[in-house]
Formats: sequence, C-alpha cells, structure tokens
Amino acid sequence: MTSTTNTKNINLTLKIWRQKGPDSKGAFETYHADNISTDMSFLEMIDVINERLTLEGKDPIAFDHDCREGICGMCGAMINGRAHGPEKGTTLCQLHMRHFKDGETLVIEPWRARAFKLIKDLAVDRSALDKIIQAGGYISANTGGAPDGNAIPISQETAEKAMDAAACIGCGACVAACPNSSAMLFVSAKISQFALLPQGKPEAMLRVMAMVKEMDKLCFGNCTNHRECEAECPKEISIVNIARLNREFIKSALF
Amino acid sequence: MLLDAKIPGGQLTGKWDKYLFEQKLVNPSNKKKFNIIVVGTGLAGASASATLGELGYNVKTFCIQDSPRRAHSIAAQGGINAAKNYSNDGDSIWRLFYDTIKGGDFRSREANVYRLAQVSNNIIDHCVAQGIPFARDYGGLLTNRSFGGAQVSRTFYARGQTGQQLLLGAYSSLMRQVGAGKVEMFPRREMLELVVIKEQARGIVVRNLITGKIETHAADAVVLTTGGYGNVYYLSTNAMASNVTAAFRAYKKGAFFANPCFTQIHPTCIPVHGTYQSKLTLMSESLRNDGRVWVPKNPGDKRAPGQVPESERDYYLENKYPSFGNLVPRDVASRNAKMQCDMNKGVGETGLAVYLDFEDAIKTHGKDVIAKKYGNLFQMYEKITNENPYENPMKIYPAVHYAMGGLWVDYNLMSTIPGLFVLGEANFSDHGANRLGASALMQGLADGYFILPYTIGGYLAGTNLQKTTADSPEFKNVASGAESRINRLVSINGKRTIDDFHKELGSILWEYCGMSRNTKGLLKAQNLIKELREEFWKNVIVPGSRNEFNQSIEKAGRVADFLEFGELLVIDAMTRKESCGCHFNEAYQTEENEAKRDDKNFSHVAAWEFAGNEKEPAYHKEPLVFENVEPSQRSYK
Repeated sequence: MTSTTNTKNINLTLKIWRQKGPDSKGAFETYHADNISTDMSFLEMIDVINERLTLEGKDPIAFDHDCREGICGMCGAMINGRAHGPEKGTTLCQLHMRHFKDGETLVIEPWRARAFKLIKDLAVDRSALDKIIQAGGYISANTGGAPDGNAIPISQETAEKAMDAAACIGCGACVAACPNSSAMLFVSAKISQFALLPQGKPEAMLRVMAMVKEMDKLCFGNCTNHRECEAECPKEISIVNIARLNREFIKSALF
Repeated sequence: MLLDAKIPGGQLTGKWDKYLFEQKLVNPSNKKKFNIIVVGTGLAGASASATLGELGYNVKTFCIQDSPRRAHSIAAQGGINAAKNYSNDGDSIWRLFYDTIKGGDFRSREANVYRLAQVSNNIIDHCVAQGIPFARDYGGLLTNRSFGGAQVSRTFYARGQTGQQLLLGAYSSLMRQVGAGKVEMFPRREMLELVVIKEQARGIVVRNLITGKIETHAADAVVLTTGGYGNVYYLSTNAMASNVTAAFRAYKKGAFFANPCFTQIHPTCIPVHGTYQSKLTLMSESLRNDGRVWVPKNPGDKRAPGQVPESERDYYLENKYPSFGNLVPRDVASRNAKMQCDMNKGVGETGLAVYLDFEDAIKTHGKDVIAKKYGNLFQMYEKITNENPYENPMKIYPAVHYAMGGLWVDYNLMSTIPGLFVLGEANFSDHGANRLGASALMQGLADGYFILPYTIGGYLAGTNLQKTTADSPEFKNVASGAESRINRLVSINGKRTIDDFHKELGSILWEYCGMSRNTKGLLKAQNLIKELREEFWKNVIVPGSRNEFNQSIEKAGRVADFLEFGELLVIDAMTRKESCGCHFNEAYQTEENEAKRDDKNFSHVAAWEFAGNEKEPAYHKEPLVFENVEPSQRSYK
C-alpha cells in the first residue's frame, strides 16, 4: 500500500489551551480543523489553523518547533493527555494526521510542570534542563589535550548502550508525563551515557551528586516508578537508565 | 577590488604551522580582559564558545532556540570525515584535502581546505574524549563508513544521529563553561543588527523573543555562526527558524557575501507531498552505501516497483558512473535524478521521485544488519510516508539542503569587517561549489574548536580597540533602526500572510534558480522577486504586538531579509557564466550533460558588497590559485 492511496481528508475539533503570558489566566478555545490531509504532520495542521487565524485578524497559536524531523526536541504538547500524542516513539512534529479519525475531538495543552514556566499558549520555558546539564552533564575535557580516538577501546555493547542513553533529545516529555513532574529519565540518560563509558568514569561520582542536587533544587519531583516517562519518551529511552542512576547515586553516597 | 585572503606563504603542508608560530598571542592572564560575542550555537558556535571560555575569554553566546542544544546541526545524520586512515585503505590528509577540493569542483581555497583536512583528526580525538558514542567494531575500535565523492571509508558516525551526538558534545562543553561563569548564555534572542564602530565589529542588537524587547550587547569581537540560508527556497531540509538575517544584516553593514548561488540540492530527500508542506526531510546520504538508485527503463511506466522486472530497471548511477556508482557526489546525483524525471521516468504519484532500493542489501547482509546501520532512518521514512522501506524501495527526490556560499572570510576566518569572524555554514570558505557528505560537521567543529580560538587571539592582540559600551550612541542608533523596522512591519496590516510570501519566493527560486539555471529564467526571477518584495512591504499581515512573544514578528523579519537576499542569489547566479558543482547553467555543459567549468574566466570567488537599498551590489573577486592540485574536469566514471 502506498501513502497516496491511503490519503484522505478528515475534519477535527480542537480544544487548544490559549494563555497570553505566564501571569494571565488561560482557557481552552475551540477550533475546527476542516479538510485536513492525513499526510500532514500535527504541526502542519496547526500551521493551517494559524494561517486562518492570521487572515481573520486573530492571534495565531504560539508553539515551539524547529527541525520538524524529530531530533531537536523543541516541539511538544499534550494531546488528549498524552505527551507528543498517541503514537509510540514519536515527537509531535513526526505525528501524522493519519493516526486520527474523522470527527475526533483533540485536547491540546502545553507541558505542565512546576519547573517549566509557561511563556505563551503551548510554549513553555525548559531552561531548567540546561541548568541540570550545567551542574555536571559533561566530561571535563578541554579542547586540545585528547589522546588518539582509538587509544581507549570500548566494547561495542558498551558503546551501543551509551548511544541508547545519549539519544535523549531533551524535549521534556518525560517531565510532562510524570505525575510527579520528575526529570529522572532525562537526568539518568546523561548519567548513564557517561557512567558507561571509560571517559566518564573519573567524574562519575561528582557528576551524579551535582546533577541530582540541581534537579531537586529546580523543583522537579521524585521518581515513584510510574514509568509514564518511558511510555511517552519519543526516543524510547528505557527506565533501566533510572536504575543505573540510582546505583551510581548510592555508590557515590557510600564511597 | 581584489580581495586578499591573507594566506601564509610557504609549502601548503606547512602553512598552518607557520601561521600558528607567527601569530600574535594573548597572554593567558590577559584573556579575561577581552569580551567576545558568539551568535549561534550549532557545531561551530557551541564549540567556539566552549573553547574560548576554556581559554579564559569572557564570552556571551546567543541563540534563537529555547536551548543551545537545539541548533540545526543536531539534524545532521550520516557522519563526520577525518583522515585517520583507520580503515587502512590508503587515506591521508592529502587525500581528504584533494577529495574536498575536487568535490567542490575547484572553487574553494587550497590553504583553507588543507588546514581543514589537517585538523580533522584532532576533532575525532576530542569528540571521543567528550564521551561521544561513535560506532565501534567488535574489538572496541572506531569504525567507518563510506560517503559520496570518496573511494575510501573515512566517515565516523553515531548511528544516524552523528550531528546530534557531536552537537550534544559541544553543548555539554558549552554548558560546562556556563556553569563555570566563563560563558553567559542568551537563549531565545535573535540578532537583528551588527554594530560597527570605527570600522570594527563591536557588538550586536538582538530581540528578546520572549519579551519582544530590543537589547544591545558590546564586545571586542563578534563571531557569527548562524548557519545557512537554504530556507530562502521556503522548502528545504533546514529547520523552520534557520534564516539569513544575521549574515545579511552584517552584509548590509559592509561584510562581503561570497558565492550565494552555491546552494546544495541534496539528492536523497523525501519527495514533496502537498501544498501545506512546511519542510523537506533528508534521508542520509549514507543510505547510498547500501541502497541502489533506479527508475523504470521505459518512460511512463507506472507499475508498482515490485512488478518492474530486473531487466526493465535502469540503475542509472551505476551504469553511468561505474567506479563511484551510487556514491557519486551530491550535485551529480541530484542532477541525474532530475534528468530521469524530466524524461518522464520519475516514479510515485507526482513523477518527481526515483527509487532508493535496499532489496539487494537486505538479501546480502540480512535485515538485522541493515536495521542496525539505518534503523532510525528507516523508521523516520516510514513515519512520514507510511511506507515500509524494508519491503518497498524508498522514494527520494532532491531538495535544498546546504549553503556553500556565505559571508566572505580570509584565512583568519575574518570577514571584510575587522573583528567580525564567521564560522561554519555561515561562511563560504571550504566547500567550493559543492560540499561532500560528512564534511559539514567536520568544518563546523574545525572552525570552532581548532581554528577560530587561535586566529581571534591574533586579532585581539594586534588591534587597537577603544572602549565602548552597549549604551553608547552608536548602539542606540542601530537599536532604534531595528525597532523602527519592526514597527513598520507590524503597521502594514495587509491582506497576505508571511508564509504565503515566503512560499512564493521559494517557488520562484526553485523554478528559476534551482538545479538547472539559464539567463532568461534568472532575469525573470529577479523581476518577480522585486515585485514580490514591493508587495510584501505593502500587503503583509503581521498579527499581534511588538512587546510580547510574537512568532509572526520573527518570521516577518526573516522573510523580509530573504526577499532581498534572494535577489542577490539570483544576481550571483547570473554573473557566474559557467557551470560548476551545484551551479548548473544550461548554456555551459559537456556533451554528457556534466557541469562545464570556465577556469579561464571564473576561477574566482565572487564576493558581493552592499551598495545601498534597491541598488545593484558591487562585484569583487578573489582569484583562486591552484599550486598543488591541477583543476580537472571532474570525472566519477
């Protein structure tokens, strides 16, 4: 089957969260999305609505987005209560309208978490995630002093596991999906990447302490094993990483 | 005016070492006295910011996204080249240099390209030290894959997410410097103007995208790492926010713009599927390692791919270019795809696509091996098209991808404005008329980690810089100019949306200044763009108000600049009366329809100087001198 033979147009009702700014009161507004091609991405559908609002002299819906190929981590919203919508392992920009039914009503809301302040409509401030990385999400290697790339052999298995963790795009869906607004999956992905690799070992203990401390300071909640983060992560980062973070944390606290 | 690239004398292989030794240095304890602004946080900007911070400079870094980690380098998929020769297939710095010069169709500078090849190995070492999970073989050593335009395997990769991993490496080093207080980060800021005082770049004017407030920032030098201008075509593989504004505003302040018509059209992208489409998605060139490109032999054959027997398939790249096969450079692959479609041999609903088929690779290596190499790309393809590439061949078509052209820089990576440095895709220097795959990541990181940190020291140590502050009259003047431009945009209250103008500009350029160009079409494009620009300033709608988070204002400013820049691109294409690399002028082709260069008249960089609004820009040349390689008709047969 080809996409063209599957293509059709559908009509949807959208209830979208509109909020002028962080201190204004927000509310849902209803929009009709008519004649939407099922080959469109979710964000292209919002583009269509925004073009219409602009022509009607109304304020378009503010939403963050950039690469539109699922890698920059800039887009994201809750669709019917699910981060990035109903498809597994998919960012909002890669969610296509073929996954929705004609006549459906969709409720679209921003990420909601204490650590993510709302900017406008669907756009939120996720700079807290950068602050966690600043606290220790790096290997302290200044430019210029590195040994040959092949000086340290790393088993393929280890490199692959590190890569699985490193695939995190920092979109914040894990935080939005978590009932506690915890950033544990995000933090554990970075901790795991570096804890697995020999290059990351010298700072491993300092890193885990600093990042967890910063996470707590920024008002992210605790992990209580709901696994919502893993279910909604568009890069399907596993909660095995959270177990590894906990192990690293205990090691660091004990020794 | 002939431009002086300030290339050091001596043998090609010793130029960079000689330069490093002769360059003036800033004493380690004096570095903290200098302030540097970096605009952009892609590979070049993040690596430069981090390294300058490590050296001890005070750095202010700006990006338009909510976090520096989101710059569009993140979307690069395939890999990064280096002359390590880990594959033992005869690679060397000289070969990487030669392949890059030849791939660029002899329109880049020998000295810059050689230096790029020299530092390529340091990049891999540094990235490994940062914890980037490159692909490894079973013994734990780094492994390579092949890319277009080379007959050696020299591309390092992290699955299909190499750009993401390299950017996150540079980002983490940048965050470390932010944490250490050496770099101050300003996300969600868009540069609107460059501030030039006494012919020196001394700062920038930015819009705070959350509050809408105009801010001024002063420094001793400004580094632009603001990427390419591919979005002038509306549909491209670039991110939605990628734009020409920072570079174009610098051009209007006196920085020359070099070779704007050298815009790479990438052969392996997902074909266009509807008028609402907002961007095109690239499928990594690495897929051409195992995928075979074909179309039906008979024009108008509309059978499903599985029903076209082997004998009726035309593997046109393998047939026409037996030694490089599916791995010919991007410009050659794109042009051939267009030629097949022009002959009515294109496939799919629109006829504007060719097949990229993995059937044989899956038969030979097994599905698991292919999935391991390209799994995320296959998944992305299926998400977008709803077709399974393990079962049906992919459909691909060329799309605008990378800008080889950019602001003119000398060997120091400094533009024609003293103190304004330009790195990465935003400059023009290394890729000539066509960039080879896996070279963009190499150049961005070479510029940021290993070149600028040295060259900027020479400028700062050897220049008399008077004290200036961001609230000086010069800054206030430029800021009020930026403000009145925004006021003008929001007060037009016309009837046509910003995107609508942008789409029309894109279709004009794609039609007349795309994969194939001719003088008549280019003249037509120039007039159409002028008319469209006039209409824009009378009839655009920019909703909302100035002092708030207003994405329409952001877009309007960018499209306004694209409408001026698009004309510059067309003028450059008209002036270059030859074909080379990506620039294919129909009047100049070989009997086999390959690009035919005119080395006698066009072996130069075309650098354009702004001469005033609605005036033809002034044309300057930097002659290209080839002392070490013999420019030849490129052959990939």
